[in-house]
Amino acid sequence: MSKITAEDVRKIALLSRLQLGEAEVEKFAGQLESILGYVDTLAEVNVDNIEPFISAAAGENVFRDDVPGQTLLREEALQNAPRQGDGFFQVPAVV
Amino acid sequence: MTATDLAAAIRGRKLSAREAVTQALGRIEGQDGQIGAFLTVDREGALAAADALDRGGDFSGPLAGVPVAVKDNICVAGQTCTCASKMLQHYRPPYSAHVVDKLRSAGAVVIGKTNLDEFAMGSSTENSALKKTVNPRDTNRVPGGSSGGSAAAVAAGFVSLSLGSDTGGSIRQPASYCGVVGMKPTYGVVSRYGLVAFGSSLDQIGPFAATAADAALLLEAIAGPDKRDSTCLPQMLSGLTGLGQKLAAQTVPEAAKGLRIGLPKEYFATDGLDDSVRRAVMAAVETLCSAGAQIKEVSLPLSKYAVPVYYIIATAEASSNLARFDGAHYGHSAGEAKDIVALFSQSREQGFGEEVKRRIMLGTYVLSAGYYDAYYLKALKVRRRIADDFARAFEEVDVIASPVAPTAAFRFGEKSGDPLAMYLSDIYTISANLAGIPGISVPCGQDGAGMPVGLQLMGPRASDGQLLEVARAWELLNG
Repeated sequence: MSKITAEDVRKIALLSRLQLGEAEVEKFAGQLESILGYVDTLAEVNVDNIEPFISAAAGENVFRDDVPGQTLLREEALQNAPRQGDGFFQVPAVV
Repeated sequence: MTATDLAAAIRGRKLSAREAVTQALGRIEGQDGQIGAFLTVDREGALAAADALDRGGDFSGPLAGVPVAVKDNICVAGQTCTCASKMLQHYRPPYSAHVVDKLRSAGAVVIGKTNLDEFAMGSSTENSALKKTVNPRDTNRVPGGSSGGSAAAVAAGFVSLSLGSDTGGSIRQPASYCGVVGMKPTYGVVSRYGLVAFGSSLDQIGPFAATAADAALLLEAIAGPDKRDSTCLPQMLSGLTGLGQKLAAQTVPEAAKGLRIGLPKEYFATDGLDDSVRRAVMAAVETLCSAGAQIKEVSLPLSKYAVPVYYIIATAEASSNLARFDGAHYGHSAGEAKDIVALFSQSREQGFGEEVKRRIMLGTYVLSAGYYDAYYLKALKVRRRIADDFARAFEEVDVIASPVAPTAAFRFGEKSGDPLAMYLSDIYTISANLAGIPGISVPCGQDGAGMPVGLQLMGPRASDGQLLEVARAWELLNG
């Protein structure tokens, strides 16, 4: 049975890019542990020689011709941008 | 008035499109204050569309002039698409969903966007960050979820047609709770382009209506291939063509004759299944038998693993799909973030509600290094076995009948304290999404408290037309 500690939750939150408060970390630890405990029942199912079911769709790649089509205009793409400048999305400096 | 009758009245010039829309707006403006089905109503746009139709004089579209409500996780260009979340509260998509384009080519008027559980995550619409929607049949009870607003809008008579989305039961369960018809089509029948993605291998858009004929009319209008969704079936389902008109004209329950109905023994043996729900569902099945159907017990041995499989796969897919909400491109953005990771992490913490965060974290966990094989990959293989269970059952029966939910609509707050209890109520609907098969909920009676109960019918992939025919047969037998 998977035990979920506060430290585990902090790691998952970092991967998920969620800045949780301390009280949230504690609460989620308990809830995730309970849910994971429930899904642990899958361990008892035999899946020897079973192919994973990724999608109900045909299972073939669907291709289109490699020609430019109608695209989103730059202004449309930037329409909802929280911060923009010079036709770009603006974010805090990464370097 | 049914959509079928409304469309005929408008086509026959007994009613103008403007009158139809004005009447719908009147009902919404008069009574939605008590129900809370709509997040936004596009009064101006709807009247303009109606006027254009009346001026142009071409009422050949099967839904010409008929007002339709759309769940607010389906994009309509220029209008907000909030997903009932603070993350997208002010977001206006620059494009419309394929189904919205299809509705408009059929002449329908999109009248407003309906409330849902945030990002379609929930079974009661209580997780909406923006509004509360009540069940029109009892305002102390939930309408179900996640498409609670769309179900309530039809149940309250505001519109005759609405669109929802169904990832684990989010159309069928609110249909059952509100006493209307709701259907999840075969995966791939309706394009997901413009549906804000939750679980991409599970999501389908589908119709709500008061009758099977109306549901067929709406499904035919929105179904069909779309190059912008590579998971769409390449051909329109021929069984849907003209089906709405055909069912509306039927007076005899033809589809019941010789129908082989499977009853999964595992579904009726579950502890939490309310007795009055069981009785209502069995009575409906027996009524179909009185018109020539036969019952056969079938077994779906992996049924008890459906909920855990779903909550691994759906959350894994959600964690990936919701990664795009980062405070940089659209949606809520945290001010004063000191670096880019802080921008992402604070924007998401502030923008997402609790259930959404819980599912993102669960999904991240089951996909993470060291856990991927034991959880996600394992779940995909069990999913294959669940789909195989259904395929085997459909060798012996034409449709499978079951309850939609273990109980009728519950009271507000009754399940919101325990996430797991809420998840377990999806037990009957989830498997259809896992297997990619169609499922419909039709009202079949009431529970002990007088609340609506739905009968679920499921069929093999591409049997959508047949399910609607059986639903119509049931309606005719039910008076």
